[in-house]
Amino acid sequence: MMNYFPDEVLEHVFDFVTSHRDRNAVSLVCKLWYRVERFSRQRVFIGNCYAISPERLIARFPGVKALTLKGKPHFADFNLVPQDWGGYVQPWIEALARSRIGLEELRLKRMVVSDESLDVLSRSFTNFKSLVLVSCEGFTTDGLAAIAANCRFLRELDLQENEIEEKKNHWLGCFPDSCTSLVSLNFACLKEINLAALERLVARNPNLKSLKLNRAVPIEALQRILMRAPQLVDLGTGSFVLDRDSDDSETYRKLKATIQKCRSIRNLSGFLEVAPRCLPAVYPICLNLTYLNLSYAAGIHGSELIKLIRFCGKLQRLWILDCIGDKGLEVVASTCKDLQELRVFPSDPFGAGHAAVTETGLVAISSGCPKLNSLLYFCQQMTNAALIAVAKNCTNFIRFRLCILDPAKPDPVTMQPLDEGFGAIVQSSKRIRRLSLSGLLTDRVFLYIGMYAEQLEMLSIAFAGDSDKGMLYVLNGCKKLRKLEIRDSPFGDMALLRDVGKYETMRSLWMSSCDVTLGGCKTLAKKMPRLNVEIINENDQMEFAHEDSQKVEKMYLYRTLVGPRKDAPEFVWTLV
Amino acid sequence: MESKVAYQNELNLKATELRLGLPGTDIESEEQALSCARNNKRPLPDNTKECGLKGSSDDAQHSDHEAAPPAKAQIVGWPPIRSYRKNNLQPKKTEAEASGIYVKVSMDGAPYLRKIDLRVYKGYPELLKALENMFKFTIGEYSEREGYKGSEFAPTYEDKDGDWMLVGDVPWDMFMSSCKRLRIMKGSEARGLGCGV
Repeated sequence: MMNYFPDEVLEHVFDFVTSHRDRNAVSLVCKLWYRVERFSRQRVFIGNCYAISPERLIARFPGVKALTLKGKPHFADFNLVPQDWGGYVQPWIEALARSRIGLEELRLKRMVVSDESLDVLSRSFTNFKSLVLVSCEGFTTDGLAAIAANCRFLRELDLQENEIEEKKNHWLGCFPDSCTSLVSLNFACLKEINLAALERLVARNPNLKSLKLNRAVPIEALQRILMRAPQLVDLGTGSFVLDRDSDDSETYRKLKATIQKCRSIRNLSGFLEVAPRCLPAVYPICLNLTYLNLSYAAGIHGSELIKLIRFCGKLQRLWILDCIGDKGLEVVASTCKDLQELRVFPSDPFGAGHAAVTETGLVAISSGCPKLNSLLYFCQQMTNAALIAVAKNCTNFIRFRLCILDPAKPDPVTMQPLDEGFGAIVQSSKRIRRLSLSGLLTDRVFLYIGMYAEQLEMLSIAFAGDSDKGMLYVLNGCKKLRKLEIRDSPFGDMALLRDVGKYETMRSLWMSSCDVTLGGCKTLAKKMPRLNVEIINENDQMEFAHEDSQKVEKMYLYRTLVGPRKDAPEFVWTLV
Repeated sequence: MESKVAYQNELNLKATELRLGLPGTDIESEEQALSCARNNKRPLPDNTKECGLKGSSDDAQHSDHEAAPPAKAQIVGWPPIRSYRKNNLQPKKTEAEASGIYVKVSMDGAPYLRKIDLRVYKGYPELLKALENMFKFTIGEYSEREGYKGSEFAPTYEDKDGDWMLVGDVPWDMFMSSCKRLRIMKGSEARGLGCGV
């Protein structure tokens, strides 16, 4: 029936199909739909920059306006991937610049970005509007200066947790006076900023909705900025301390009065340093908050945290440090009835067992917040009983990441593995998509995961399992698995090679400090030409290099349409 | 498994071997255990399981081969926190936080007072232990109903309102911010605070 419609009608219908997956599905229906879809596609998501080439992207989607690219594997976040592994954005920007693509938005995660890339980007796309960099590195504030100076219609510059070298230039001052289109600015990861340029910039950008400051902005400046931007929806305070010379009570009074006028703030973060006596100034905005991120606010003590949280009755997402304690989590449970996402980070990751939060806090949360669907919880210990209770209370988990700080720690009450606890979680949350395991775990937990986690897309495993059976349960059972990352677990060639076709249905597999051997990886690479099987070999032990029986320290494999990458460094072998 | 047996045989040989050095030292196995525990790099492929951090029965057997295991051996990439977050976690202390909370501590019958910094302690157990060591006495066991049972001493503190309170009733944070001075009461006075002798 649809074939009787002209292409324009199809295109119009497809306009309503927005998610990447749905559009991908649409493009597979028939040749006609493939053609119409590809010309009308504006937003493209590439989860692994080495799975495809920029040339092929441009050829298929000539109308692309918004591109998301991800580079390094997830475990690079935890220093498991050496420097110079790859993930360079330069070839992408160069190719896009050469083409006639009218790029407007670029979002990069875990990629290496150079000043030159930013410079080319800023000069090649006249309608460029939005740059979001998450966990990237390789650039300096010179690159930011180019973006500020050249992107005349820039709406968004969002720098999240990047490693940026800061030069003496005042990059913020490079925004011309004519720049009045900013909607979102986040420079929280920088250490310095030119305050005068910042205040002027905020003053001339009345559409600014999201502003995240860094630790170089003291309360006095924050107050002046908020005076200019009472329309903010999203505020990152940077530091929250007073200048030495200021009059405390006067500043506090002014701050309080200004904040009261900011009735639109729904998301609050920052507090990288805190003068506790100034904290009550934010209580009025707490009432309307839906997202609160205090995960960098190490300067706020547990009791002050609790006082603040008591005002946040509408909270949906909370990121916090574990110094809130189990008691604090009980307060969260009784106050934040709409809570959907909770992340509890360790304030002292290498501490000597100072139990900040335990299973008690988590059970309390699950009991008070039944809408909870996303969890990241770093804790000292966990019990099966607690996990089973959590599973009963909350059946809507989409993301469940538990990190017991002591690797392979059993249930401290029963001394049993945590198989039953995690099993209960996957059994009750039928829509779970992401899972991270920890604690003492046997093959049994993987049996449960394979049996029940039908929607699971990403699984992170560390120090778990007894044998190849564990990994096989997962590979066989989880039909929707896309990303599997495993470290320090006894899975070897037998599991790796049982179903080689599986890996083409996935984005990637990471295995480090496991039992897979060089020979096993070679076999896999030979059988599956459309996988890049990369071995990361940091040692100089070249004499062991060709021993097939040698266990491989780090293996990263991913499906690709463009063969082995040409930018791999010396310590990365791509097996063929 | 074979390597484990070999390891044990090796030890037996060493027991009968003549060598220089103090009896009871077994430097080789100590070093190996230490290097396994110290980092996550596997020294040789076969030794992985033995040095691994799994809580399996293997560990129990090997615990006596390890020299003093490091309290928290730092494993590469564990806990799984982004480096950016780890690097930015250290709070730059504001002036108020950097200074300690020094309070006077008096003990009934002692000739002079002491001063301690409350910030040094993470909670009541540590504080009480420190007081016990400082004044050479024993504090009884705390219970909400009955205070400190089992000794003639009771730890008390003067709060912001000038009242004398029993140590341990309120959350630690609240105690730290309201405690002006400490006094270890003895004998009949202590009994009034619910210390049953």
